[in-house]
Parts: sequence; structure tokens; C-alpha cells
Amino acid sequence: MSVFKSRNLIIASAMAYGMTVATAAFATDITGAGATFPYPIYSKWAEAYKAKTGVGLNYQSIGSGGGIKQINAKTVDFGASDMPLTAEDLQKSGLMQFPAVMGGEVLAVNLPGIKKGEIKLSGKVIADIYLGKIKNWDDPAIKALNQGIKLPDTKITVVHRSDGSGTTFIFTNYLSKVSPEWKIKPGMGTSVNFPVGVGGKGNEGVASYVQRIKGSIGYVEYAYALQNNMVYTQLESRDGTFLMPTMKTFQAAAAGADWEHAPGFYEILTNEEGKDSWPITGATFILMHTVQEKPANAKEVLKFYSWAYDNGAKMAEELVYVPMPASVVKLIRESWKEKIKDTAGNSVWN
Amino acid sequence: MTKLNTASREKFQAFLDLAFKLTTRFFAFAVLALLAGIIIELFIGAMPSIKAFGWKFFTSTDWDPVNVKFGSVIQVYGTLVTSLIALLIGIPVSFGVALYLTELSPKWLKRPLGIAIELLAGIPSIIYGMWGLFVFAPHLADHFQPWLIDHLGPIPGIGMLFQGAPMGIGMLTAGIILGIMIIPFIASVMRDVFEIVPPTLKESAYAVGCTTWEVVWNVVLPYTKIGVVGGIMLGLGRALGETMAVTFVIGNAQNFSYSLLDPGSSIASTLANEFNEAYGDVYTSALIELGLIMFVITFVVLALSKLLLFQLGKREGEKT
Repeated sequence: MSVFKSRNLIIASAMAYGMTVATAAFATDITGAGATFPYPIYSKWAEAYKAKTGVGLNYQSIGSGGGIKQINAKTVDFGASDMPLTAEDLQKSGLMQFPAVMGGEVLAVNLPGIKKGEIKLSGKVIADIYLGKIKNWDDPAIKALNQGIKLPDTKITVVHRSDGSGTTFIFTNYLSKVSPEWKIKPGMGTSVNFPVGVGGKGNEGVASYVQRIKGSIGYVEYAYALQNNMVYTQLESRDGTFLMPTMKTFQAAAAGADWEHAPGFYEILTNEEGKDSWPITGATFILMHTVQEKPANAKEVLKFYSWAYDNGAKMAEELVYVPMPASVVKLIRESWKEKIKDTAGNSVWN
Repeated sequence: MTKLNTASREKFQAFLDLAFKLTTRFFAFAVLALLAGIIIELFIGAMPSIKAFGWKFFTSTDWDPVNVKFGSVIQVYGTLVTSLIALLIGIPVSFGVALYLTELSPKWLKRPLGIAIELLAGIPSIIYGMWGLFVFAPHLADHFQPWLIDHLGPIPGIGMLFQGAPMGIGMLTAGIILGIMIIPFIASVMRDVFEIVPPTLKESAYAVGCTTWEVVWNVVLPYTKIGVVGGIMLGLGRALGETMAVTFVIGNAQNFSYSLLDPGSSIASTLANEFNEAYGDVYTSALIELGLIMFVITFVVLALSKLLLFQLGKREGEKT
């Protein structure tokens, strides 16, 4: 519990900190905008980094879409998005991207009498629930996975995000991978046309609906499920094992990914191979221009993230984020050197 | 010397007058220009969507960002239905409130009650939304909605409005919350206009033996109808455009259903939810077209109310 209190504290202190940044805007401060999901950890890193180096970070969590718009408009030094851009899109906009930190998503349920991690769900069953094909908790398909557990005869109420979000992107990406039918009809994206259910605004919106509606199921970021003491389910991995959401299973998914062969780090960590890989995991990304008009600022951004990879892992884990594995960090640094240049064509990172 | 002085002063004052007139005219026309600018800007922004969907945008219940298919039926239905429910609740209650305050309440109660109503208008809409979601919706789900489903659901025709599961959130809840929100607006306007009815008119009516109800219905209301309609329009305007409170309780589902108990979405809630993260030209522009439709709806509502008043005024002329 203390972990999550500290997350709130971080947000509060980050706000206070943001104000001091605004009043004492040094030329060396770096600016970023975008995804809300990594905001708490970026703020915490920024605070520690500022204490150490005196360089501040002014990060505005306006949403991934906003982050992409802002970096394209060059109003910020970096953009942040939960949804990676494809190599093609990156090329078109003159951008490069790299993953900063990862997180896991869980399915939370509201079923009286059912304990945390007690019931098991598979990708196929989740897809059918979200397609509206499985309507009741005592459906044979759910029963088959949960022999010995008494499931109530309650109607399932599906809860999803109403706002466009990287969380939805990762979740629908997972559903598209496990259900051909989902892939064709609703498909994947930051907002999709969910065939059934109610929409909550933000992780907290989904969390509050799930807590309020009996028989509901919703996807939320793992930290929110812990924070609100929600009942989450076990999920079936791609290899057929049933897993609990833990730091270990999130990390297993990241380690299993083939970053080396993913152009522009376009890697969505859902349904990864490995018997310990949590199936709904995702990274959040940083976007930067490949040609830097202000190479000094770009270098500060890279220095900040370089520092965070080396020193920020513990802070990330405290806030239930999953730090990038060292092998991936090595690849990221190589990509900086190769891709981010000043106007004269010299590498910014060296 | 003095003559010249007065002449020049007069000139100066004439100049001031002219400057004042021009300045105020500028302000007045600036509003018009702003209005035109907003319409033009919305129209330009909506162009990609208008090109892509044409008139189908008004008849399609699609809202599918992944396959880039958009229509406005869900949102327009949600907006109109929630506002209608709000008016059905708001008008009678406001009328009762205003009536009590002006005609029936003891003098010492008038001020505190009036202030309380004005305070209601000052509550931020997000508070109504949170109250609706956390306090009101669970009650609806446990008590009121099951009753509606059992008793009104089986009736052919209107039964179709009361189908589905009692979730507590949905268009009905949004409409009720909106109804509560617009009561202070309508009630305070009604109270103000009821108060300006000349006492002689009312006293004459009482003198010939009218009951309070007859006085209100036959004297006060006809005398104040413009103000009353204006107050209702003010409330309707607020209900149509309300965003935060509706977003909290309407359920935000982009699926069409006639049932008032099902989650839906309004134009304002869709914009609030999706604008930030909308990707691609057509998606963004479909949202802007929704905004344009909202603008047109508000405009039509206002125009209709003016027309209504005009018609009422004409009939009045015939009588005398």
C-alpha cells in the first residue's frame, strides 16, 4: 500500500516541482509532452535528476495523441506515446523512438466472493466477453477454466476506456492477437468501437465503474488495480500456463521480445512467448526528431534517459513500472548514436 | 472667446459621442464576426469528414475509429434525449419553486430559499457528475431502474425505452442529473419574471374570486411568457452543452440503443473523451463535424423559441 501512497505523493511533489521549474526556467531545462501512463515515473526521475545535475524536466501529461502532435509541431524537446509509431510513420515525420519504461495491464472483476487471482481467464474467453458473445459468468467457457470455483449466475458488464488511450491500444492489440474475430471487427487502436459495455474516462474511470457495477470486468493498468485493491484475474500465457500479474511475469514478457529485429523499436509486448510472460504488457515510448535544430537540448534529453536507465530502475519498481532490461538499453543507446543528428549531420549522442 | 470655447467643446463632445457609438457598434459586430468565424472554422475543420461521409453522417450509427467509419446518430440521439429528460424534470420543478417563492412563501423564507437556489447554480458541473456517479447512480441501479424495467419494460411502444440491465449509469441517469442542474437556472429566471407582474393585475384577479392557481395560470404566466420561455431556453442550452457531468454518468458507449437505461454518449461527452487522442484527419474532422452539428442544434432551438414567442405575440394581437 505504501508504494501507491508514494505514487500519489510523487504526483503532488511533481506538481509543486513543476511550479518551481516554471518560475525559474533555466535554458537547460528540457521539455516533453505526451502519455499520461508514465507521468508519475518521469516526474520521480526528473526530481532525482534535478537534485543531482540541476537540469529540470518540464513534462506535460496531455495524452499520447497530444504528445505526437506537440513533437511534430516542435514545441517540445521530446514527445511521449504509449502507442509506438510504425517505422513508416517515423520516417515520414522525421522522428525516431525508443522505449522508456514498461508496465502491465490486468483484468479486474467485481464478483462477490471471488478473491484476488482466484479465477483464470484465457485470451479467447476475454475476447469473447468483450465481443459480447459470452454474456454470463456461469458460461461453460469460463467454467471450463475454473473448475471447483463457484461462479455466480450474473450478467457480465464489460467496462472499457471511453477516452483514447495507450492502455486501450495495448489491450486491443492483445485481443487482436488472440482472436481473429476481434482483429476483423473492432480491431486495434487507441480508441475502438467496443461492441458492448460502458466506457470510463481514464484508468480511474474504469476502476470506479468496475468497483460499482456487480458482475463487471475491466482492463486497467496494474498499479491502479493495486491502488484500488481490485480483484484481478490470472491470465493464460501464450504457452498455456496460468500466471499471476507480478513484476517477474511483466519482465519475462519484455525479456522475451525480439527488440533487435524490430525496426524503430516497434514492439508491442502482448502475447509474447515464454511460459512466464504476462500476456498484456506494453512499453511506453519517447519520440524525438532525427534532425535536431537544438542539439544541446536533445543531448540533455538523452542524458536524462541514459541516467534513468542506469539509476532509475529501483524508483520505477517502487511505482510498479517495469524497467527496461540492460540488453535493450544497449540497443537504445546505439540507436541514439546512429539516428539523432544535428543539422550538420553529426551525431548528438557520443 | 467664450463662444469659440463652447463651440469647440461641443465639437469635442460630438466627437466623443461618435467615438462611443462606433466603439459600441464595433463590440456588437465583433460578436457577430466571432460567431461567423466559429461557424466557418468548424465548417473548414469538418470538411474532410463531410467529404468522406456526406449526408450519411446524419443517418449512420457507426462510430468506428479503427475502420474510419463515423456517423452522428448515437451522439445526437444521446444529446437530445438527455436534454429532453432534463426539461421534463426541470420545467415542472422550477415552475413549482418559482411559484412558491413568489406567491405562496412567507416573506422571511423568500430570501434564504432564493439564495439557496442561486447557490445551486454555482456548483461546478463536475461535482454534479461525481455525485451522480458515486451516490445517485447506485441508488438508481438498486431501486428505481429494476422497477422501471419490471413495470414499464413490458409495455409495447414505450417499453423499448426501458430495456436492459439496471446499471445505474446511462442516458436516463444523465438526463436526471441534467434536470437537477438546470433547475436553478430556470427557477431563478421564472422567479424574477414572476415578480415583475404588476400587483394590480394579480389583485384584480384575486378580487374577482380567482384561486392562486387561476391567477398564476391566467394572469402571471401569460404576462411573463417571454421570460419563462427564455428561462427554459437558458436551461435547455445548458443541458445540450453540458459536458463533464454527462461524461461521468452517461456510460460513454458508442453503440446505438433506444433504451434509456443503456449507456450512450452525447456530442459533448464524445468530444471530451476522444478529441485529445484522436488520430488521423478524418477522425478529428468527424469530431469537429459533431461540434458543428451541436452548434446547429443550439441555433435551431434558439430560432424555434423565437418563432414560438413571435407566434404567441401575434395571437395576442388578434384577441384585443
